[in-house]
Amino acid sequence: MIFLYLFITFFEIGLFGFGGGYGMLSLIQHETVEHYHWLSTAEFTDIVAISQMTPGPIGINSATYCGYTAIHNAGYGHLMALLGSATATFALVLPSLILMILISRMFMKYMNTPLVQSIFKGLRPAVVGLLAAATLLLCNRENFSTPMENPWQFWISVGLFAATAFGTGYLKINPIRMICYAALAGLLLLY
Amino acid sequence: MQNIYLESFTTFFRIGLFTLGGGYAMIPLIEEEVVNKKQWVSKDEMLDLIAIAQSCPGVFAINIATFIGYKLNKTRGAIATTIGTALPSFLIILAIAIFFSQFKDNKVVAAIFRGIRPAVVALIAVPTFRLGQRAKLNKFTIWIPVVCALLIWALGVSPIYIIIVAGLAGYIYGKYIQGDKDTSKQGVQDK
Repeated sequence: MIFLYLFITFFEIGLFGFGGGYGMLSLIQHETVEHYHWLSTAEFTDIVAISQMTPGPIGINSATYCGYTAIHNAGYGHLMALLGSATATFALVLPSLILMILISRMFMKYMNTPLVQSIFKGLRPAVVGLLAAATLLLCNRENFSTPMENPWQFWISVGLFAATAFGTGYLKINPIRMICYAALAGLLLLY
Repeated sequence: MQNIYLESFTTFFRIGLFTLGGGYAMIPLIEEEVVNKKQWVSKDEMLDLIAIAQSCPGVFAINIATFIGYKLNKTRGAIATTIGTALPSFLIILAIAIFFSQFKDNKVVAAIFRGIRPAVVALIAVPTFRLGQRAKLNKFTIWIPVVCALLIWALGVSPIYIIIVAGLAGYIYGKYIQGDKDTSKQGVQDK
């Protein structure tokens, strides 16, 4: 049964995932963490980190990983988890495959019409909101700890957040390199 | 004929294997392989293709791969390039997932990920603002992402509903409100 839900969920994510990999992350997070509780927030954040650092599209990477972890967390072995990651990845890709074939077959000429463009125009600000929501939902105890529980880890986390935002947003440091710096900081300061 | 399936598959497998940092990092690689070397699509077609793949839902790289595959060999060609793009990610993530599930409770690994998590949250926060700039938000539209984010974050509304409503709103706005008075302007923009 979980395989069926996994398929439906990632098919929906593939169908409604506008705005590239990051836009898709907010959908994946909402479905897998908030709705089905297949993963914890910390697990989801780890998956995003690993998806970012490994080759390939972030959407595919995180779907594969989420599928694996969801089945693994449900108490199945590696083989079933492998099947879970195949299910999630296939389901994510399927809408793209169908939609792009349809577009190249017959809708190519409609893509530039004002009406289709106005749909995309409506989507753009909403996708910004989706990303903002994903950021807010990830700012929680699992990722940052709390000032009460562990003030040291909390303030180090806030510092790492600020440093990464400044480093990638302003100094244009490569995100993968930034993750490596944060890993080193974690090892030295949060061991 | 057999050859072109294999050739398009291996080309996209290579592209999937060697791009770090997600879908958009793939554009130069795809252009090099598909436009310059293999000449499967022209430079102008590639520009149209990028615009369509960006506005459609789903994983950006998969959209492009499907489109080019379909152009080469219809549906079977699309399947070959899609699998080619997704397979490297799938195999690499699978290997990491199996490996990582054994080391997750290791103290060193746990410390490293405590450092990485806040950095990843920042990596999602930064593109939120970049996307906001690109969506050309002004004082009349800035409330849209704010309301969307609050609906998802505070009230737990599914991002899928937000996407559907935003697309519909764009459609209605384009058809009935902007309607006639703007068609002349739109026509100029299209050229």
